[in-house]
Amino acid sequence: MIKVLKPGLATSVQDLGREGYYHLGIPPSGALDQYALSAANCLVGNPAGAAALECTLLGPELEFTVDALVAVSGAHMAARLDGVQMPHDTAFAVCAGQVLRFDFPKIGARTYIAVAGGIDVPLVLGSRSTYALGALGGYQGRRLAAGDELPIGEPSGQGKVGASLPMALRQALGGEIELRVVPGLYYDRLLPTAAKSFFAEPWTVGSEADRIGYRFKGGSALQFQPREQPFGAGSDPSNIVDSCYPIGSIQVPAGLEPIVLHRDAVSGGYAMIGTVISADLDLIGQMQPNQKAHFVEVSLEDALLARQHYKKKLKRMSELFLS
Amino acid sequence: MSQPIRYSFGADEHLFAEVSDSMSLEAFFRGMAITRALEKLELEGVLDICLANASFQVRFDPDRIAPQALLEAVKAVEEKAVAERRIQTRIIEVPVLYNDPWTHETLMRFRDRHQDPSATDLEYAARINGLADVEAFIQAHSGAPWFVSMVGFVAGLPFMFQMVERERQLQVPKYLRPRTDTPKLTLGHGGCFGCIYSVRGAGGYQMFGVTPAPIYDPAQSLAYLKEHMVFFRPGDIVQFKPIDRASYDQAVAEVEAGTFDLRIRPVEFSLDAFLADPQGYPKTLQEVLA
Repeated sequence: MIKVLKPGLATSVQDLGREGYYHLGIPPSGALDQYALSAANCLVGNPAGAAALECTLLGPELEFTVDALVAVSGAHMAARLDGVQMPHDTAFAVCAGQVLRFDFPKIGARTYIAVAGGIDVPLVLGSRSTYALGALGGYQGRRLAAGDELPIGEPSGQGKVGASLPMALRQALGGEIELRVVPGLYYDRLLPTAAKSFFAEPWTVGSEADRIGYRFKGGSALQFQPREQPFGAGSDPSNIVDSCYPIGSIQVPAGLEPIVLHRDAVSGGYAMIGTVISADLDLIGQMQPNQKAHFVEVSLEDALLARQHYKKKLKRMSELFLS
Repeated sequence: MSQPIRYSFGADEHLFAEVSDSMSLEAFFRGMAITRALEKLELEGVLDICLANASFQVRFDPDRIAPQALLEAVKAVEEKAVAERRIQTRIIEVPVLYNDPWTHETLMRFRDRHQDPSATDLEYAARINGLADVEAFIQAHSGAPWFVSMVGFVAGLPFMFQMVERERQLQVPKYLRPRTDTPKLTLGHGGCFGCIYSVRGAGGYQMFGVTPAPIYDPAQSLAYLKEHMVFFRPGDIVQFKPIDRASYDQAVAEVEAGTFDLRIRPVEFSLDAFLADPQGYPKTLQEVLA
């Protein structure tokens, strides 16, 4: 079992998420950086989609009551086991009674802690992921709190101390990020000048950035075509009749600041102007407030190619560790 | 003839379809017919079919179904699916304590985010809808049934569209800036849509009252939530019943004891019968609950 001594800023149990309930208002949830979650799992011999801990900006303090094999991937927050720094993207042994702590993140926003056997919380609607807005899944439907005791599942026995992710399979985090976007949905409702400046200007991550969505600021306001609003659509030109939102879709309430929705998305009444491609969603989850980003226009074909490339990398990783 | 459906890809995992840019029961029925027919196809690689008020969205895995193949399949369904003008559904009586102390406390706390800080949400809604007073507004709100036209925003939250002619639709803007808090099971209203907040949390809709009836519960404690933790489905019909504080308290006690139940009856709805007699026809639906 793992005892939570300090929970960190926003630590929750996540796996790859649940599909098939978005039509009831229950979004996919799951790790915002699916690649890092998969990497941490592979390193300890878990299936790529086992439940692990997602830690945001400030890591937790965890006491292990049993021996365990652990790996940390994603954002670089130095992991310290009883004070000794452990290597990133590498499996290490933890003895019963030892305490794992983390430094502030140097690069990236979300660190994934996998333990051999996975975090053994109950499956809810097919997943162990936490959906905090709906108080569903994970550990009692919420972020971790001090005093929580997390059960560990049965290890596969495939994990080895020292297993390490090859450099070619590690993620480049930090710096100025390019987010590839397929324009569409209500893109044509933007004025041409706004459509142009959206892609041309740099944006920075605002302080409202969480599992629901990331708000970006710093670019010019994005004006929508003036029109007589249809019945039921709300009074602002950025409004539409309430609809579902694609994961990764970009909305611009009142034309001010773009919001990219992520895996705990809601639905609502703002026009979406495009969608970040699936291969780039992980990058968003690793962005810190004030980090710079550019939105880059791509086609659906480009998105599919990027996805193939991404999936190949994931496949190589799981073949390497889980053969 | 209705306008053509507009399709657009939300990158590589979503197909978005706008049935109509304005809200109407016709648009909702058309979206419902297409999504129901699509569900029956059980297409490989389709992860989720989400029906919304006047649009729908298909979430898919492009490794298992090519986007163009999906689009063609949906268009073929659209051609064949003639919007059902008649549906078998259920009518549910939802008790409401209008003008309750909890939403009142909350709306006072967020008065600076409201269009009219000197009035309550109910007083404001009555005034801008040309109704004499709060009593008249409650009467209009609970006088005709509502269609659940979408389940979303957060877990299990129903959006509802009232069964009245367009001229009689109650319309209110959302708060100027969204609240950071809304009591659980608040009856909300934004634009032409009513809703019931399934969980406590942020929100921008005007607040009119609370229901004691849980509509979302991962623990599934009540009989009507045993089948699924989410109670509402698009196509459900809701009839609000104003109750007083004593009845509300009693219902809450029953919820806590696990004995609370909702009045639910099977009913057929005919779009044409409604359009032919928008004032009289809903009364025949209400009678099913008697």
